[in-house]
Amino acid sequence: MVLQVRQVSFSYEAGNGFSLRDVSLTVERGALTGLLGPNGCGKTTLLKLMAGVLWPEQGTIAFAGRRLTDIARRELARHVAVVPQETHPAFDYRVIEMVLMGRHPHLGAFALEGPDDLAIAHDALAATGTAHLAARAYMSLSGGEKQRVVIASALAQQPEVLLLDEPTASLDLAYQLEVAALLSRLNRERGVTIVLATHDLNLAASICGTLVLVREGRVLAQGATEAVLNGDTIRELYDVDAEVRFHDRSGHLTVVPIGRVR
Amino acid sequence: MTTTSSVAAPVDSGLRPIRVRLALILLGYGAVALAACLLAPLVGTTSISLARAFDRSIPFADNLDAQIFFLARLPRVLAGAVVGAALAAAGVVLQALLRNPLATPFTLGVSAGAALGAMLAISAGAAVGIGALSPVPLASLTGAFVAAAIVYTLATKPGRPMSTAVLLLAGVTLNSFFSALILFVQYMSDFAEAYRTVRWLMGDLDVGGVAPIAAVLPLVVLAFALFAVLPSSLNLLSVGADTAATRGVDVARTQRIAFFGATLATSAAVALAGPIGFVGIVVPHLVRLMTGVDHRITLPASALFGAAFLVGCDLVARTVLAPVEVPVGVVTAMIGGPFFLWLLVRKA
Repeated sequence: MVLQVRQVSFSYEAGNGFSLRDVSLTVERGALTGLLGPNGCGKTTLLKLMAGVLWPEQGTIAFAGRRLTDIARRELARHVAVVPQETHPAFDYRVIEMVLMGRHPHLGAFALEGPDDLAIAHDALAATGTAHLAARAYMSLSGGEKQRVVIASALAQQPEVLLLDEPTASLDLAYQLEVAALLSRLNRERGVTIVLATHDLNLAASICGTLVLVREGRVLAQGATEAVLNGDTIRELYDVDAEVRFHDRSGHLTVVPIGRVR
Repeated sequence: MTTTSSVAAPVDSGLRPIRVRLALILLGYGAVALAACLLAPLVGTTSISLARAFDRSIPFADNLDAQIFFLARLPRVLAGAVVGAALAAAGVVLQALLRNPLATPFTLGVSAGAALGAMLAISAGAAVGIGALSPVPLASLTGAFVAAAIVYTLATKPGRPMSTAVLLLAGVTLNSFFSALILFVQYMSDFAEAYRTVRWLMGDLDVGGVAPIAAVLPLVVLAFALFAVLPSSLNLLSVGADTAATRGVDVARTQRIAFFGATLATSAAVALAGPIGFVGIVVPHLVRLMTGVDHRITLPASALFGAAFLVGCDLVARTVLAPVEVPVGVVTAMIGGPFFLWLLVRKA
């Protein structure tokens, strides 16, 4: 396994209830794992804990068998990259500058990026289909383009693990499919381990091999997508009655919500 | 994961490599700053010749050009260069730290603390100095550090990154509070003291020699040493604290270095020349318009351009209504006020 979360509890303010309680999960190398759960269930918190942005109050998180507390931040960033839900830079960087920032953990404090770093950034742009945007101002891009550029920036870190927080949340259907295809390709062709927090059950069903279901800061179920995703777990997770069936043309499970359960 | 193997068609990023850009910009902006420092002392009510000022064959006591150049005008120009560079660089750093392009070196209340310290020293007729630091700059530095300590304490929790929202709010509140106290001190002063305080608040680069500059120079040098480790981390910090952390930046440490560096630079500048406004916002924005927004370029470029800008503004202040001198803070405000509004309109 590449990431292991063991009995982790976390609260944003001490004494004000836990955001996550006694959470354990494992992410296997090369897996594409979906993190599902209602708003406020702790998905983003869990991603931040796995990225070493937050530190657990109890329990441990390990990358490749080493505790995150024993790994320097710069070193961890060479292995684990994060794509947040939205990225709003305070200044209008060019796309190439945004992507080259992904080289930060590989450069010394006073080092400037060289031809190798530039080649890696160009490759990340090509992999995300954003090479033609390199000279553009990041803020002038559409939501889908921005998200792909941020993924390119994370890829420039050359990570083994990519953590994404609702990467398709603000995208239209075409861009959702595009980002889904991109993640699937990165996982398949480049062997990047991916953990993806999402509200989109059909996206998760289409590309994720394993799922972790989180509700109210606890893990409800985890395992292979076919084993975990069914009407009962969705009802338990969202209080929603839904039909889950295999869709022949798409080749994966699909979820059709029927209505709320009171 | 290996990713270098499948490089596709060459990418046109429209940018030269960073090393080339940095070298060109340091040379170009360095030349502008140097030219400003050498040429500005030549201009004034008495015109002098650079060649004669540097003519070693004439004894200094008999060389009026050299005396005017080195004793009367050069210290003032050097003060302008040091203050301009410090304020412009502090502006760049604070704008990245606060993720707000409209932040200035005076946003965090440091300058108001410095001003209150100076007001108290002037009104009390303080006579205690340390070395080359005379009482008013010393009180001003003390006030600046007290203000910085208050803001820092409010915005920091152990083990967590600084809250930039608290930093900003505490700074703005402290500015208002100290401004009220400054008014009170002025109200209680006699006319002569009140005039001195008002004159101090307008900013003045006529520091009377190189000793006051040398007294605050160590603070400025220390500030720039701190700034030197920041640029690539500031790029990431300005994208977002969490993003910076996941790209390997120690966010809390970077914020501390940025805060202390900017505080040192600002307090040294204000202690030397009073609060000269708008340099810390006009210069970084002009530089960004010319060079882009990468902090590895904008930070050194702003420091150099800030030096040239303030020396230029002071030249205008000395000459535009000669023999009457306009306070340099009024000149920077005349340029900076409309520029600031233009930036706001442009952003909107």
